[in-house]
Amino acid sequence: MKRIPQLLMALGALLLASLFVWPMWKIVLYAPQYPDGVHMHIWINKLGGSTPGTLQNVNILNHYVGMKMIEPDSIAELQYFQYIIMAMIALGLLAALINKRQVFLAWTVLMVILAIAGIYDFYLWEYDYGHSLSDDAPIKIPGASFQPPVFGRKVILNFIAVSLPHIGGYLTGLGMAFGGLAWYLKRKNDRNEKRTFSADVAAAQRV
Amino acid sequence: MKNLMLKKPLLLFALTLLGMSLVTSCGQKGSSAGKGGALGSDAAAATYVAPGEYDAYYAFLSGGFSGQISVYGLPSGRLFKVIPVFSLDPEKGYGFNEETKPLLNTSFGFIPWDDAHHPELSQTNGETDGRWCFINGNNTPRIARIDLTTFETAEIIEIPNSGGNHSSPFTTENTEYVVAGTRFGVPFPQKDVSIDSYAEEFKGALTYISVDKESGNMDVAFQVLLPAFNYDLAHSGKGKSHGWTFFTSYNTELKNTLLEVNASQNDKDFIAAVNWKKAEEYIKQGKFKEMPARYADNEYDESTHTAKSTIKNKVKVLIPEECPGLVYFLPTPKSPHGVDVDPTGEYIVGNGKLSADMSVHSFTKVLKAIENKAFETTIDGVPVLKYEEILAGVVQKPGLGPLHTEFDGKGNAYTTFFISSEVVKWKLGTWEVVDRAPCYYSVGHLMIPGGDSRKPDGKYLVALNKITKDRYLPTGPELTQSAQLYDISGEKMKLLLDFPTIGEPHYAQGIAASKLIERSKKIYPIEENKHPYAALGEKQTKVVREGNTVHVYMTMIRSHFSPDNIEGIKVGDKVYFHVTNLEQDWDTPHGFSVMGARNAELLIMPGQTETLLWEPDRIGVFPFYCTDFCSALHQEMQGYIRVSPANSDVALKWKLGDKASVQ
Ligand SMILES: [Cu+2]
Repeated sequence: MKRIPQLLMALGALLLASLFVWPMWKIVLYAPQYPDGVHMHIWINKLGGSTPGTLQNVNILNHYVGMKMIEPDSIAELQYFQYIIMAMIALGLLAALINKRQVFLAWTVLMVILAIAGIYDFYLWEYDYGHSLSDDAPIKIPGASFQPPVFGRKVILNFIAVSLPHIGGYLTGLGMAFGGLAWYLKRKNDRNEKRTFSADVAAAQRV
Repeated sequence: MKNLMLKKPLLLFALTLLGMSLVTSCGQKGSSAGKGGALGSDAAAATYVAPGEYDAYYAFLSGGFSGQISVYGLPSGRLFKVIPVFSLDPEKGYGFNEETKPLLNTSFGFIPWDDAHHPELSQTNGETDGRWCFINGNNTPRIARIDLTTFETAEIIEIPNSGGNHSSPFTTENTEYVVAGTRFGVPFPQKDVSIDSYAEEFKGALTYISVDKESGNMDVAFQVLLPAFNYDLAHSGKGKSHGWTFFTSYNTELKNTLLEVNASQNDKDFIAAVNWKKAEEYIKQGKFKEMPARYADNEYDESTHTAKSTIKNKVKVLIPEECPGLVYFLPTPKSPHGVDVDPTGEYIVGNGKLSADMSVHSFTKVLKAIENKAFETTIDGVPVLKYEEILAGVVQKPGLGPLHTEFDGKGNAYTTFFISSEVVKWKLGTWEVVDRAPCYYSVGHLMIPGGDSRKPDGKYLVALNKITKDRYLPTGPELTQSAQLYDISGEKMKLLLDFPTIGEPHYAQGIAASKLIERSKKIYPIEENKHPYAALGEKQTKVVREGNTVHVYMTMIRSHFSPDNIEGIKVGDKVYFHVTNLEQDWDTPHGFSVMGARNAELLIMPGQTETLLWEPDRIGVFPFYCTDFCSALHQEMQGYIRVSPANSDVALKWKLGDKASVQ
């Protein structure tokens, strides 16, 4: 029982490694001509999709309205974000080793900050692609934006765009939850111990 | 781009699971076909496949003298595709583009047409496996193999020492072989002799074409040399008769003129029963003669998107006199047309087309007769078994002009009658006729999905009719042929639908859609494209002159060609447009056509490269454009090529947008 918070902390850190196995997010575009949807996958270190041609297909669709080509090589986050995740895995394991509730909390808070920053970055990125339109776009629609949703569903012209976490994203979320849970249980354990200790002291004093 | 972790992951989890279930519930397609049998509901409902729904079966109908195969859905009778096989198809550039021309090569050179009769699906353990569809070319003897992942012709092999490849390409139980029996006797090997020397100089070859288990590649394994009867149709044994093939014959009279009379005199003709396992032993023992031959084997390579033709010039021949036990003749009344083996492999139905009754042989009795040497006589080393010893039963007066029989796997056989224009259902074993249904008109073959395999799917029957007369709106003197769909799930056959066909639907094959849907290719992965002239990206596009030959390495993607302006071409040049479709999305072909091209267009699938030869004969600036409506900007998908006088010094240059390149 006493080891559970420590194990949760370690497991939470290790769950981040799922980002190297599965995509963290997906954007699916549905239209009459795409009954099964165009499934774009966002990984920690690359962009892809359900088929090798997905990115090209998205770029072809985007070029009609003058959106920029999505070129993974030009997206800096894809280069460095993986190192942040590796560092967070290492820190999480270190936290488990230290096994102090404050350290658990610090790791979890740091992860939440990173997540919020990440999602904000995602939003900026989407905003940029959705709004920086070429002047010589074949199809111009005054006032239209082609920014996909960060989360959920949005109608963009003839497409329905659905943006949701992918497996890596869910497991990372779970990892953070484990960090938080580790802190919570650890705090409970510590209080119980304190109470037990105080009770012991009181008993000793009574003697 | 982002990392994304969420503040409240668990809540989000729940929300997104909900979202996903909403998302995944769309876009799924089911098969609606065959809901409820036809009986008790009306025929229209039984064949109605709602818009967007799938048919339950694919049907591959031969195009007969159109030389092609057409692909229909059942029960709707909707046409999906015409697969070009033996005939040119300018719509697809088939036989016009440089890549497919070699498929139509033969020992006679390039042949742009043939008469395609019998589609035959590959089988594993006697069951259709959905890998390939074979079909025979009748006129210049050939067999083609269609790849059912692409629905394209993958190989065509010529059959040597044959004339009229009609009893073909029926498969053995595991597609070890497809067969090719010659309908016309021919001098073997070909030589200049009097036609009246038919009985002495002419021979009939039964050819076994091996099929590679993995690649499907065909090769002439061996030929069995027989008297010059006219080998009409065939089916290989299955189950207990696996290892044998049965070929019908007519003109056992060995006549060479006025056959309608002269070849209809004998009371009985023969079914030639070939023990091909025995043949394999003889081949292994070296008991074959190597004979000269000349035939083309043309294979399409999916990675280079290009076919290659190879001329071969030898064939292994087995001669029955030297190979006892290889062939037996089964006497069968009056010019049997089709020969059909029931799903158990026991019954061999000879459809004696000029006979009043139908004779069915028993395979068990055939083996016994062989064992007991119950021979009437021997012809050229082939024992003729005694008719009475091998007969299983006779279907009495079933109709006029029986041609073909298929089976439902429930103990029933269905035979077509050309003259009395009907399908007759009868029972195996009791030989009693239990039902008959009229056809409109003059039915030839019939098809039950899997009906000539070990596992028939006895729900539908398709009758393939030669004549339609008043059935449809008239279209001048030439009228369509037709197919008719019957529900055979009940006691009585019920006519459900009647639909026009492409060319003459000679024979057909049917297969459950579920066996093919998942295998169907959507694109050709561009990284696997090994075409020697492919441009695998716009950066690789270029124009190269080699003397009078100009190679244009061109790409296409929605919605432009690269390059789309080309100058420096001269009158008299041979310009090869090697066009690569860079798309990697499902259903995004582009077409390519250029003014004055004396061949056809190109129709290029995603990831594929095709080549059109263009030989400009005059100066000017000529447009080219995309022919397949590909996108909202399809109409803008166009370009120009400038042709200068033969002696001009206009430099070779090309561009897309403002980026010009010069050689
Ligand atoms: Cu196009």
